[in-house]
Amino acid sequence: MKQQETIYGLMAEFATPEQLLEAARHTHEAGYRRIDAFAPFPIEGLAHAVGFHRTRLPLVVLVAGIIGGCSGFFLQYYAAAVSYPVNVGGRPLNSWPAFIPVTFEITILFAAAAAVFGMLAMNGLPTPYHPVFNVPRFALASRDRFFLCIKALDPMFDVEQTRKFLHTLSPREVTEIEP
Amino acid sequence: MADSPSDKLAAAEFASAPILGPGYNYASVTDKISAIVLARRTPKWWIVGFLVSFALVMLLMVSVTYLVVAGVGIWGIQIPVGWGFAIINFVWWIGIGHAGTLISAILLLLRQTWRTSINRFAEAMTLFAVSCAGIFPLIHMGRPWLAYWLFPYPDTMKMWPNFRSPLVWDAFAVSTYATVSLLFWFIGLIPDLATLRDRAKNRPAKLIYGLLAMGWRGSAVHWERHETASLLLAGLATPLVLSVHTIVSFDFAFAIVPGWHATIFPPYFVAGAIYAGFAMVLTLSIPIRKLFHLEDFITMRHLDNMGKVLLATALIVGYGYMMEAFSAFYSGNQYERFMILNRMTGPYAPMYWLLIACNIVTPQFLWFRKVRAKVGALFAIAMVVNLGMWLERFVIVVTSLHRDFLPSSWGTYYPTRWDIFTFVGTIGLFLFLVFLFIRYLPLISIFEMRTLVASEEEKKAVN
Amino acid sequence: MEFMDSDRKNTGQPDVDNSALRKAASGGETPRFWRGFDELADTPEFRNHKENEFPHGANDPDAKLDRRDLLKVMAASAAFAGLSGCTKLPNQKIVPYVRQPEQIIPGKALFYATAVTLGGVATGVLVESHMARPTKIEGNPDHPGSLGATDAFSQASILGLYDPDRSQAEIHDGRIGSWAEFQEELSTALGAEKGNNGSGVRLLTPTVTSPTLGDQINTFLKAYPSAKWVQYESATRDNIREGAKLAFGEYLNTVYRMDQADVILTLDSDFLTSGPGCLRYARDFARKRRVEGPESKMNRLYAVECTPTNTGAMADHRLRMRASDIEGLARAVARELGVSTVAGPVAPPNVPAGWIPALARDLKQHPGASLIVAGDQQPPIVHALAHAINQALGNTDKTVYFTAPLEVSPANQWEGISQLAADIRARSVTTLLILGCNPVYDAPVDLGFKEILPKVAFSARLGLSEDETSALCHWHIPQAHELESWGDARGYDGTASVIQPLIAPLYGGKSEVDFLAVINGQSAKPSHDFVHDYWQAQRAGVERFDVFWEKTLRDGVVDGTALPPKQVSLKPGIGAEPPATEAQGLEIVFRPDHTIWDGRFSNNGWLQELPKPLTLLTWDSVAMVSPKTAQRLGGSSRPADYLKSEDAVELKYKGRTIVAPVWVMPGHADESVTVFLGYGRRRSGRVGTGAGFDAGWIRPLATPWIGTGLEIRKTGDRWALATTQTQSTMEGREPIRIATLDEYLKNPKFAQAEAEENPLSLYPEVKYEGNQWGMAIDLNACTGCGGCVVACQAENNIAVVGKKEVMIGRHMHWIRIDRYYEGGVDDPSTYHEPVLCMHCENAPCEVVCPVAATVHSPEGLNEMVYNRCVGTRYCSNNCPYKVRRFNFYLYSDWDTPSLFGMRNPNVSVRSRGVMEKCSYCVQRINAVKIDAERQDRPIRDGEIVTACQQSCPSEAIVFGNINDPDSRVSKLKAMNRNYKLLEELNTRPRTTYLAKLRNPNPEIEKTPAV
Repeated sequence: MKQQETIYGLMAEFATPEQLLEAARHTHEAGYRRIDAFAPFPIEGLAHAVGFHRTRLPLVVLVAGIIGGCSGFFLQYYAAAVSYPVNVGGRPLNSWPAFIPVTFEITILFAAAAAVFGMLAMNGLPTPYHPVFNVPRFALASRDRFFLCIKALDPMFDVEQTRKFLHTLSPREVTEIEP
Repeated sequence: MADSPSDKLAAAEFASAPILGPGYNYASVTDKISAIVLARRTPKWWIVGFLVSFALVMLLMVSVTYLVVAGVGIWGIQIPVGWGFAIINFVWWIGIGHAGTLISAILLLLRQTWRTSINRFAEAMTLFAVSCAGIFPLIHMGRPWLAYWLFPYPDTMKMWPNFRSPLVWDAFAVSTYATVSLLFWFIGLIPDLATLRDRAKNRPAKLIYGLLAMGWRGSAVHWERHETASLLLAGLATPLVLSVHTIVSFDFAFAIVPGWHATIFPPYFVAGAIYAGFAMVLTLSIPIRKLFHLEDFITMRHLDNMGKVLLATALIVGYGYMMEAFSAFYSGNQYERFMILNRMTGPYAPMYWLLIACNIVTPQFLWFRKVRAKVGALFAIAMVVNLGMWLERFVIVVTSLHRDFLPSSWGTYYPTRWDIFTFVGTIGLFLFLVFLFIRYLPLISIFEMRTLVASEEEKKAVN
Repeated sequence: MEFMDSDRKNTGQPDVDNSALRKAASGGETPRFWRGFDELADTPEFRNHKENEFPHGANDPDAKLDRRDLLKVMAASAAFAGLSGCTKLPNQKIVPYVRQPEQIIPGKALFYATAVTLGGVATGVLVESHMARPTKIEGNPDHPGSLGATDAFSQASILGLYDPDRSQAEIHDGRIGSWAEFQEELSTALGAEKGNNGSGVRLLTPTVTSPTLGDQINTFLKAYPSAKWVQYESATRDNIREGAKLAFGEYLNTVYRMDQADVILTLDSDFLTSGPGCLRYARDFARKRRVEGPESKMNRLYAVECTPTNTGAMADHRLRMRASDIEGLARAVARELGVSTVAGPVAPPNVPAGWIPALARDLKQHPGASLIVAGDQQPPIVHALAHAINQALGNTDKTVYFTAPLEVSPANQWEGISQLAADIRARSVTTLLILGCNPVYDAPVDLGFKEILPKVAFSARLGLSEDETSALCHWHIPQAHELESWGDARGYDGTASVIQPLIAPLYGGKSEVDFLAVINGQSAKPSHDFVHDYWQAQRAGVERFDVFWEKTLRDGVVDGTALPPKQVSLKPGIGAEPPATEAQGLEIVFRPDHTIWDGRFSNNGWLQELPKPLTLLTWDSVAMVSPKTAQRLGGSSRPADYLKSEDAVELKYKGRTIVAPVWVMPGHADESVTVFLGYGRRRSGRVGTGAGFDAGWIRPLATPWIGTGLEIRKTGDRWALATTQTQSTMEGREPIRIATLDEYLKNPKFAQAEAEENPLSLYPEVKYEGNQWGMAIDLNACTGCGGCVVACQAENNIAVVGKKEVMIGRHMHWIRIDRYYEGGVDDPSTYHEPVLCMHCENAPCEVVCPVAATVHSPEGLNEMVYNRCVGTRYCSNNCPYKVRRFNFYLYSDWDTPSLFGMRNPNVSVRSRGVMEKCSYCVQRINAVKIDAERQDRPIRDGEIVTACQQSCPSEAIVFGNINDPDSRVSKLKAMNRNYKLLEELNTRPRTTYLAKLRNPNPEIEKTPAV
């Protein structure tokens, strides 16, 4: 128990994406749930392997888009027909066809903003500090190395057992992660 | 520009030409690209180029300052030609600004892997072009300091912008486009910034890239959301790109001026934008791949594809010109007929025929594989197209306005030196930003190159 | 009165003021004294130097800088001169027109009746006065010479009043003098002459019709019997006077009755837009052409002329011929009409066969209802012939009558001036007193006033500005503007008006009456009293003269002063002696300029920038040649060598040469060159100095108007000209719809041929309730004189932009007069069309404005909101009529205090970067609306009058409520001649046009139109 407070988890390093994918699957099958995998590029199925199923990002974007669209049109309708109605070139106050371009642009703007900031928020970025960076070789995670991490918070976590288990996955090395 | 051996080679076995040179792995692509940024010594050509472009930026500053002090009268605009270089340049830059998003977004949706090595600086180019474009609608106003009146905000006089005006649509479209492009570009950069953070030697670089990377650590789940977000953005950006240039074309199509008032404008403006954009991507990528020795990343295959796109869009644009002339005659409207005849034979006829030569005739050489295989030829054609697209906007703006309905109010437009200074100035600004970009940010998306390597290796495994 | 305070602020730095004043005094950087010598030594080099320096100076960027600097200095000096004076009412009682000012109500204009003169002849005007500041001239409906209309000159006299270049101090040999000092010197000078009855004294004045002034001068001449009084105008009317003498043996004033004339023949006359009574003539003439339906009749105008004029453009038949051939034509017509005595060639050259007989028949068929009008430039014999023909046709006392001369003492002015020159050369002139004339600039060049004037021992000049003549006189006395002084003058029919001051002299100027008072040693007596007493003496009969006087001042005319028709008897044997065989060779014709006349208006920016009706040129004078002649003068058959417009040529006439720009003028007579007076001023002011070339330099005593033997040599240089219209043909479009009277009677709806009954719209119709403003313009009446343009400029504080900007295409006029040619380039028909904002109901400009700076008012006005405008110019691009004007620079003068006083306080002065355009004079609409509301009554039809409509002599412009079927404008719009400009665009313009009709003589196949 003691160690669990002193360390964040264990990190195993692999040489290829295939190995990492394998390792991730086994770990998950072995019952570990608080695990994470790190790669220098997106790997097909890796997220699934670590037990992540689907993101709600698309839903957020859709909602944002709809809100943007409605408010965009209302803004124009309110300005042109309610707040300051005036005869412009003999056009009707609510010249809705002319309002479509702006409505469309605002829809896109809202949706796009939602996509980006939603993604960042869900990923908890920006993260000023994160323990995994204490692993000396983790810098390579953004180059050509692949890492698997089992967090100490995992109910099944036990430094020795878990270390043994990780070694069965034939990693390049296993290191403890300073919290 | 003399072709390097590797080009010749690539040209030789063409069809199977790879989109990535042989013998690269995760490490080497990473190192090669990040080295450009992290290299301690700055290449001489960079310093020279940077200084030149900086000088031009100063020219822009002077021109704009004088403009604000004296008034738009320093330009050649008058009545009837109320729009001159400013709007021409605006449309030209905006057009150029479209290829970036298009390459990243549409080609991403179409799963065109060859986009990988060009999309990053194509996107950057978009941003820079849009910032150049954005200057003009602002400064062409009689009272630029009131430009914010084009946006709705609670105003003590309860005044609102006139949402029926294409200029307001423009304001929304361009600012939305700029914002979305920036976001799109930035989330693409995050993993690469992380790479630079991890590879930078000196502390300040580590710090800056670290801050920008926002603690990206390549977690599988993050990658998942990152990809989703990219796809969604691509899906949003595609209609956005189309809408933006459509709306820019509305500035003209919505007016009643003969030569502007045409329903064909939106499609053929969009085609023109892609055309101009790809021309500019070629114009930039050819020197860059030479100077940074990136022939293995930006291969002949890329140049060949872009050449094809150029040809295709040239044909669409050509069709646009034809239909413009045809519908003018077919309409039976005397003003339209006069307008097109005036374009072809009037005082500005040379501009029109030069435009045809640049935009329609020259690209026909791209039918020939030999031409597409010649880097120098491609570069030359791209330059010609850049010029041609500028001329197109000149013809549309000036020749339509200078002789409209009442002969009594016809006039002739001559640009002044300040028109030219301002234009050249924005070219300077564009290059200035490009130079900064290629020196301080990875001009090729590293993580996507790694993905590329991965897929290459899978292929090998399969064979 | 804010502008006053700002003046005080300006007087903040005394040092500036002194320097400014010294500048003003020395008339430029170099001491005036020496400058005088420069001009004395007036070598061709010096002239060329001037030519090169100035006309192009107008379009070199540095000139702009100079102007700015000068503005600042003048601003300071104007302030120094105590502009605050301009809010003082004159001390004597003056009476407002119609409304009595219990006290002046701020923001409410008062109208005073007075008169402005040109060549001595008065046009009655009402002057709009805001807080005792005259701001706008309007015609006086009670004055027979105006009937409410004004010409460009009188409109622009407001700017003349506030002109910052007016002289502001007495100048004595280049130094500041004083009025008192001058009076002493004058009295000593005159005292010395007393002994020999003033035989050495000469009084040089312009034409004097003023009874009071005449009375004063006669008093003077009684005191100094041997003194001589010379009247001189460079645009002299000697030919008319001498013509009358030739015909009737005495000087007479000729008055036409256009309202009686059905067939009119003009012999090189522009009676519609120039000369005394032209406003009245234009109105009567237009009324005879107002075709309302099939039943209405139309008069017929034949114009024979050399230089194209507005009258020629209005003519149903225009025959172009050299000015010197017109006498021949007059003789031929005379003979056709049985004026038996006439000798001379049977037929003048280049007259289409049958033309003269057909004309003669037409005239014969209208005895007593026809009229022959001879032009001011034509020699006396032509006038005499015209009189004879009129007599023969029985027109006398029907379409034309004669009165005693308007002038106090009619005289042959050119003989007078040459006699004066001779006397000076003979050293027999010791004292020369000049009232307003500028002989050094405009006297016949071979009299050499520049050289001889300094020979006079004591010379003094009363002048509005310190010009060429002042520079060579010992004394220059600032003259009071007509709007600053008491006086009187006669109108074209003799009707006398009292000129009352609207404002105390801005710069302490002295009126002619004041000046004469000093000469007569009555300096104590205020000028008001002279006028008052004179008329009191005339009206010895009436009791309660004060009542009569008040009425006179209020109405602007002195009752019963119109000169009665005079019985005249034609002298026998007119034209009996054969015509002088006129010298062969290229002909030169001098004419006063259409916008700056003989040069007196050359420093008036409004008039300089007013496009000349036929050429639409501004800021320049030209040498006009016909296309054929331009070809011949090119010297070779290669089109490249033909003379082209803007070619600089050297005109050599009677041994003098001058460089001038060519203007190839369609419709000009071949083998003839027309040049215009009034340009090439060397001491005019910041506006006029150096503009154009000085035609006077080649205008000798012998040939004031028409001469032959001109030589032209290409210099190879280009002289850039600023015209406001570059395209002269209609390009197969129909901005102006034209038909002959017969065609119209056959197809009365010809103008509306392609009009849709109710054009489609995607949008629901907007309901326009209540007052809906609209305008109708009758192209059949418009003479294209340009009065409306200046009226609009004055009413709406429109800026002057200068030659350079006009050349780029940035003139600011809210109403412009388009000019189109139809037919061959040699002899086209000319049409004028005033174009202003159409106030479209589906306004293209409104929809595209991003900030809603131009929107529609509930009363249908297309409103331009200056302070909302951000200046995208999109509205202008999208305006098919191109009536919008943009402030590319800060065009309005925000620096010169004297100009602040001139501005209409109800119209905002535009700043840089905003769009502007015609507002249908919305300030006038609102003024009337407020009155109507206060009196709780609907607005009466015709109560609202726009500035352009108000000034229009031919009543071509009508404004009113188009929702009221009985309003005049609705009635006009209901006529079948009514059409909309560019109707096919479905912009639904509220300004519509009545199609142009021509009434050609069927007998004459070849009309100039085809």
